[in-house]
Amino acid sequence: MTTAIFISLLTSAIRLATPLLLAALAGVYSERSGVVNIALEGIMIAGAFFSIWFTHLTGSAWIGVGAGIVFGVFTSAILAAIAINLKGNQVIAGTAINLLMTALTAFLLEIIWHRSGSTPTAPAMLTTNPLKFLEGIPLLGTFFKQLTPFVYMAFIMVFVAYFTLWKTPWGLHVRAVGEHPRAAETVGIDVYKTRWVCVLISGALAGLAGATLSVGTVGLFREGMVAGKGFIALAALVFGKWHPVKTMLACLFFGLCSAANILAQSFGVNAPTEFLAMIPYIATILVLIGIVGKAQGPKASGEPYEKDEK
Amino acid sequence: MRRVISVLLVLAMVFALAGCGGGQTLDGSAKKVVMITDTGGLGDESFNDLAYEGILRAAEDFGIQYSVLESATADDYAPNIAAAVEEGADLIVCVGFLFEGVLAEMAVQYPDQLFALVDAQVDAPNVAGLTFSEEEGSFLVGVAAGLMTETDKVGYIGGMQFPVIEKFQYGYQAGVKAANPDAQVFVAYTQSFDDSAAGKENALAQHNQGADVIYHAAGGCGIGLIQAADEQGFWAIGVDQDQSSLAPDHVLCSMIKRVDVAVYDAIKLVLEDSFTGNDIKYALSADGVGISDNAGNVPEDIMEQVEAWKAKIVAGDFAVPYDLDTFEAFEVPEM
Repeated sequence: MTTAIFISLLTSAIRLATPLLLAALAGVYSERSGVVNIALEGIMIAGAFFSIWFTHLTGSAWIGVGAGIVFGVFTSAILAAIAINLKGNQVIAGTAINLLMTALTAFLLEIIWHRSGSTPTAPAMLTTNPLKFLEGIPLLGTFFKQLTPFVYMAFIMVFVAYFTLWKTPWGLHVRAVGEHPRAAETVGIDVYKTRWVCVLISGALAGLAGATLSVGTVGLFREGMVAGKGFIALAALVFGKWHPVKTMLACLFFGLCSAANILAQSFGVNAPTEFLAMIPYIATILVLIGIVGKAQGPKASGEPYEKDEK
Repeated sequence: MRRVISVLLVLAMVFALAGCGGGQTLDGSAKKVVMITDTGGLGDESFNDLAYEGILRAAEDFGIQYSVLESATADDYAPNIAAAVEEGADLIVCVGFLFEGVLAEMAVQYPDQLFALVDAQVDAPNVAGLTFSEEEGSFLVGVAAGLMTETDKVGYIGGMQFPVIEKFQYGYQAGVKAANPDAQVFVAYTQSFDDSAAGKENALAQHNQGADVIYHAAGGCGIGLIQAADEQGFWAIGVDQDQSSLAPDHVLCSMIKRVDVAVYDAIKLVLEDSFTGNDIKYALSADGVGISDNAGNVPEDIMEQVEAWKAKIVAGDFAVPYDLDTFEAFEVPEM
């Protein structure tokens, strides 16, 4: 009995952490290259919406997910153009994208389905375990049974992010661009190109995070369904100190807090749920003000880079 | 002169006949109604949509002009109300109890503006609070849940823990208790009306604990519950409007709240010039709330018992609890 409860707590935590983790990794790529990505929320909205739309169009949830990623990339291209080439204020550009995507999806809902608020349920979704053979494992079978394909993608991406950013020359370039773009350029690194690539990767991951919420959870798009998760992911990014593995731990911690909260309620424990819900954010604030370790972001993050006049 | 009189007589007859024929005595084409949603917005498959339906029906019947302002966040309430006043609305329909505080202030600012507030009451002469006896409707679905459960465990998922949402919870718990005293009720609040993923996780957690019928009063979170029920094969109970279309095989029934009727009636009162700002309560006895089962999932014998309880409530045999105190004092009446 207790194992069953423990497994359901763990799977619930992992499922809740998955969209946060994908979005937070999106933040890692972008901010490591020096572009603050406040637009995560808006890109997730785009990903959630377009993945459902294309699932409706094609009948395939996987094509839907692909569309979510592609439109995530398109959305992030707006941020890249403003933040990198036009040297606009990155926070304001991000906020504008969030507002744009909230409105655009609401508008498209009216155009496509002639209804507002939510789409009809999609003909296909990805809410069940893709690796059926894992369910045969004793004890752990029930654990795997409750995971979705997105869970695997998110955790694979943690190691992809760690490997590309810390174990390849390109990753070193990215981090150099995020810390000191002038120095990076003097050794021949194309600052603009590096930042563009990172922001587009960021868009792909945040689009996937959005698809997790729609195709991977409820099978429809509903206005407001992202519910601030893009910003929570930013908090996890800070808590995880802009490092993929630590960010993963932060997301799991956030997910675990929510899952424990939910489980406590289902047990009838008369816990102050509002307080439990606050814990992750209190922790983030403590990290930010330097009480629990120091949160030091990439130095050049948020600053537009002006190429040298020849 | 005679010609004028005859034309007037003909017109009078035409109008009188039209009145007899379609019951369309009210002409609202000069009146404007503005509806303001709460953060749930249109498409919540819940009370915002229902209020909108009431307005659409009024537009069809009386030819009123209407517009809808959606509120993305709670900060939009006051500006939206101001915008609606600017638009020259004859009636502003504020949907949801979240407007309560804002409207208490704005009603004083615009004393000549008529407001209808769905789900709450404000102490102002120009605001009509349209409230519902949700506890009575919830009691009925609670009875259905108590009789349907095979595990003797049922669940409830609320959005935010406000008194108006607690009415659903305690009415439901009382209904479960009345039908099945042995049944245990899990209660959870998601702290959100939007986060469908959280609704799903709560539903899965309760189902893992053994709950096989789960009711919600959590707006968009409820979509997560219904999806979980569809995946895992347990029963969900919808709220506010019949939600069986979302998963016909796994939505047992829905507690319906006739927000559409309330809004329609309020508009009609305005057109009749008899809108007074008096609060109106829509109870089970007036079919303001009730149980709906479009998919036909509730077995006949259970529906008969639900109807029997309904008759007792309508007859005023007992009062359905709506908060913790009344729930603790509640004793199941003899059937």
